[in-house]
Amino acid sequence: MQEAAHTAHEAAIHTVTYLRWIPLLPLIGAVINGIGGYWIQKSAGKNVVGAIACAMPLLGFVLAVRAFLQLMGLDASERLLLDSVFPWIHVGNLAVDVAFQIDPLSSVMILIITGVGGLIHIYSTAYMHEEPAFWRFFAYLNLFTFAMLTLVMGDNLLLMFVGWEGVGLCSYALIGFWYSEWANASAGSKAFIVNRVGDFGFMCATFLLFWSLAEAGHPTLLFREIAQHAPLLENHVFWGMGTVTLITMLMFVGATGKSAQIPLYVWLPDAMAGPTPVSALIHAATMVTAGVYMIARLSVLFDMAPTTGAVIASVGAATAFFAATIGTTQFDIKKVLAYSTVSQLGFMFIAMGVGAYATGVFHLMTHAFFKACLFLGSGSVIHAMHHEQDMRKMGGLKKWMPYTYATYLLSTLAIAGIPPFSGFFSKDEILWKAFSSGHRIVWFVAVCAAAMTAFYMFRSVYMTFHGESRADEHTKHHLHESPLAMTIPLMVLAALATFSGFLNVPHALFGDARFDAWLAPVVQHGDHGAHGAHGGGHHVEVIEYVLMALSVAVAAAGIWVARAMYETGTMKPDRLVYAFGGKLYRTVYNKYYVDEAYDATVIAGTMGMTRVSAWFDTNIVDGIVNGSAWVVRMLSQLYGLFDHYVVDGAVNGVAVVTSVIGSRVRRLQTGHINAYLYVVVLAVVGMMVARIW
Amino acid sequence: MMEIGLTHFLVVGALVFLAGMFCVLTRRNAIGILMGVELILNSANINYLAFSRYSSMSYDGHLFAIFVIMLAAAEAAIGLAIVLGIYQTFHTIDVEATDTLRL
Repeated sequence: MQEAAHTAHEAAIHTVTYLRWIPLLPLIGAVINGIGGYWIQKSAGKNVVGAIACAMPLLGFVLAVRAFLQLMGLDASERLLLDSVFPWIHVGNLAVDVAFQIDPLSSVMILIITGVGGLIHIYSTAYMHEEPAFWRFFAYLNLFTFAMLTLVMGDNLLLMFVGWEGVGLCSYALIGFWYSEWANASAGSKAFIVNRVGDFGFMCATFLLFWSLAEAGHPTLLFREIAQHAPLLENHVFWGMGTVTLITMLMFVGATGKSAQIPLYVWLPDAMAGPTPVSALIHAATMVTAGVYMIARLSVLFDMAPTTGAVIASVGAATAFFAATIGTTQFDIKKVLAYSTVSQLGFMFIAMGVGAYATGVFHLMTHAFFKACLFLGSGSVIHAMHHEQDMRKMGGLKKWMPYTYATYLLSTLAIAGIPPFSGFFSKDEILWKAFSSGHRIVWFVAVCAAAMTAFYMFRSVYMTFHGESRADEHTKHHLHESPLAMTIPLMVLAALATFSGFLNVPHALFGDARFDAWLAPVVQHGDHGAHGAHGGGHHVEVIEYVLMALSVAVAAAGIWVARAMYETGTMKPDRLVYAFGGKLYRTVYNKYYVDEAYDATVIAGTMGMTRVSAWFDTNIVDGIVNGSAWVVRMLSQLYGLFDHYVVDGAVNGVAVVTSVIGSRVRRLQTGHINAYLYVVVLAVVGMMVARIW
Repeated sequence: MMEIGLTHFLVVGALVFLAGMFCVLTRRNAIGILMGVELILNSANINYLAFSRYSSMSYDGHLFAIFVIMLAAAEAAIGLAIVLGIYQTFHTIDVEATDTLRL
């Protein structure tokens, strides 16, 4: 029966051999620049290094477009391209290959990764031009692209995990790129260690999934087979919990680490220590969305676990809200964007939690465009401001940097959710799906977060680009628009941020929700849609328009408040601060003291543990080691005594005896002829006497 | 009145030997020692001839005596050469002084 199902399934797979080149090209670039980059840069210059590094993701983009077009040409139920490179692990009942697959979901991801990634590569050639370790940066960046593509293209959980860990490693390396600064190095370590916590969940989930599927008779880690066999786990129970619930919860733990959700979001704001293009590529557009991708990829399991869905939606809403509140108080332009990213990821998780996977992925895509554009825009500003990131020292920059300003503004309108920019369509869709699936509290919290998003993003626009310049004269003198290599990616991204929303115009606005339809084969699972957010799109309700108007209204209100506070000055931020007694503001400004709380609990606990371990180590372990060393020393001293007195004594004794005898005997040799003659005569006489006797 | 026989010769030979031995043992002068050695050799010659005359009645003894004389001449030549060498080295021929071989 399994065989029959297998062959029936095989029929829908289209085998191709060019997919492997999509992740392989960046890997080749990483190897070239990683091993030979130093010499290439020295002999041929930074342009060659940059050209190699940029060519790889751009070639990958061409292949990704080809794969996308091939998918488009296929029937919706058969959209799966597979490129099996080689058998990887075949042990017992585990069979895993290094195989890359493209389905509608992966195709969206690879287009984002290679497209946005390629633009960011180009941008980086200008942004990082003064950097001596230029080649190292691009080697990491290419390696990251490889890992991220492996993550989204792997056809099984293990290969996905390889990419999952690979992006974590590259993230660590790039956050700590300027590793000579302690803060950067520790931010990198923080990101890595916090991610490890999530990875632990991911691994446990993988083991549990494989084990339970094996118990159900179909051991597999291949996504397409998981999708096929998942219903077998419906009533499986493990430790008194539904196994699927447990698996999905653990998966979500992994996602909170990678995608910076409460409680593991703390690494992302610190990750801004890395170069700004890294923040744009890894910590906004691609890597942090890995958790969202993973949930969409395993949506068949998440559909079976409504409890997990509720948890995800709640955590997403909480993250969206708290990160947004922190975002309103930050002055570092990159920190604002970092908390904004956390907040937007929260929105994506709300969508994932309520089962609107396609909507979540849609927001992932639009967010990749506008947030990458915002980060690159902030990078452009930071570049012009000589690495000044404090918005209090900016202001009035639109005069000097018109392109940066225009692109930043367009992206800000997109993230704020103003129609017809892309963010409006994606965010509003999430809000609607949350509301229509009955998660009213989640919806309300998310609307508040959306209002704050509009506020803090326009706050950053006004503080950075409007008003009078607060920079010092020297900086002001050197202000300039960034080179074309930086502004062209900005413009492309801004265009995408502006127009990509039209890919998924909802039915309510007389669109045909094309993006949802594109992803439907991957994320809709027949009657397993437990909390039916999908399928209900075709009959339009009045309330949808009301909510749409409401979300636009709160966004507009957020913008108006920001304008009143930071542009026209009719409202004083200080007064608002003191209206709440200042205490609330200080708490939010200090990020709710979450880092401090972690310091006091997890870090202090770990440190306490290490101190106990250190005590144990110095007193017990070292004691044992030193004690045994002492015993050995004493024993060897005994041996030494034996050696000294007995062995050496014997040897020396022989020598002493010989020498004493020698000194006595040598008296015989007088050197006097007479003496010898006496001896001769006496001897002769003696012999004669003896003879006669 | 006794006839002179073998015994007399042997006594004379022994006396000469003792004189030579005494000379060798007591002289500190190297040349004196050489002279003593000559006496010892000649006492041996007397014995050879005496035994040749009274015991074997052959010429063996004469032959040996001639050998001894020849050897004595060679010995004297070498001995004197050594003495000369000693004199050149130590500026003396006193055998008490030439004890450098002693350790």
